Amino acid sequence: MKRYLPLLTTFAFIALLVLGIWSGEVHAVWHKAVTVCLSCMGIG
Amino acid sequence: MEHMRRRSQYIFTLLANAYWLFLWKSPIYQGPLKKICFPGLNCHSCPAATMSCPLGALQNLLAALRPGIHTGQLHIGAYVLGSLGLTGSVAGRMPCGWICPFGLLQEWLFRLPVPKIPFWRPLRRGPSLFLIVFVVLLPLLVTDLSGYGSVWFCKYVCPAGTLEAGIPLLSLDQGLRSAAGRLFAYKLVILILLLTWCVFTSRAFCRAVCPLGAVYGLFNRVSWLQFRFHPDRCVQCKACLTVCPTGVSFYNGLDDINSDSCIRCLRCLSICPANAVSMEFSPIRKDIRKAVVTTGS
Repeated sequence: MKRYLPLLTTFAFIALLVLGIWSGEVHAVWHKAVTVCLSCMGIG
Repeated sequence: MEHMRRRSQYIFTLLANAYWLFLWKSPIYQGPLKKICFPGLNCHSCPAATMSCPLGALQNLLAALRPGIHTGQLHIGAYVLGSLGLTGSVAGRMPCGWICPFGLLQEWLFRLPVPKIPFWRPLRRGPSLFLIVFVVLLPLLVTDLSGYGSVWFCKYVCPAGTLEAGIPLLSLDQGLRSAAGRLFAYKLVILILLLTWCVFTSRAFCRAVCPLGAVYGLFNRVSWLQFRFHPDRCVQCKACLTVCPTGVSFYNGLDDINSDSCIRCLRCLSICPANAVSMEFSPIRKDIRKAVVTTGS
């Protein structure tokens, strides 16, 4: 089983990625990334 | 190999910051590429940034998690963690050595001809602490009256945000300049201190602070890319330790060769005169290979 750990890890994170896409997180990520983040700049 | 790595760092830095229309159009890029999480540390509020920052995105999602329970928009960060995990499970911490623009900056700074200071090893736990406390716990648990948290790492620590977003945007916008106060001054001090440290100590930010490196580091022992050390071939010349940017000391057994500190720059593989380091890339773990992978410089 340990031999397949790298492959299983990759599949697990692909599943997580798909779950994120399916639940609409891509839009949430995009929405935050296209807005100027005042906190990141050290203003807000 | 080192030339190839340097070229990769330049190419990815340019790709991650390819929106130069900000000088004439909107202050930051707002196109579809921002849906993709860039695998290195690159602030998405940088005027030229083309992709989103995974740390910023994760903190934003966690900060909005509690109100999301009530509104039905439950975003647990699966997309960001999936992106990071997919990259990490294949290459481990390789993006730190080959892609990250902030890593490239640190390497530039360390080339300055000044006396060097060794890294204090207990600080190696720093990235994990920043990840757990500033990226996960504080955004999740410390909320305002409406239930929203804040992006603690971006706001109080991240030097990339100050350097790539704060300084350029404040230079371009009079309104933002007048809004800058104590927080900006504090972040500027943090930036200057960290960059100064990087002049004296190799990859100091990566080794003591970077939470993104801590995430990728978790995968170094399970990733497809694995290094093998052959002690029977080692001549104890310490060349591997001398060239290692993060001071991984595997030749004497102090660290594992796939330690979470290793940024997979492949310098040890190239420099070893006795071929005591080999590399394998496979989704299924094999026994230690007899064949030694040799690389050119």
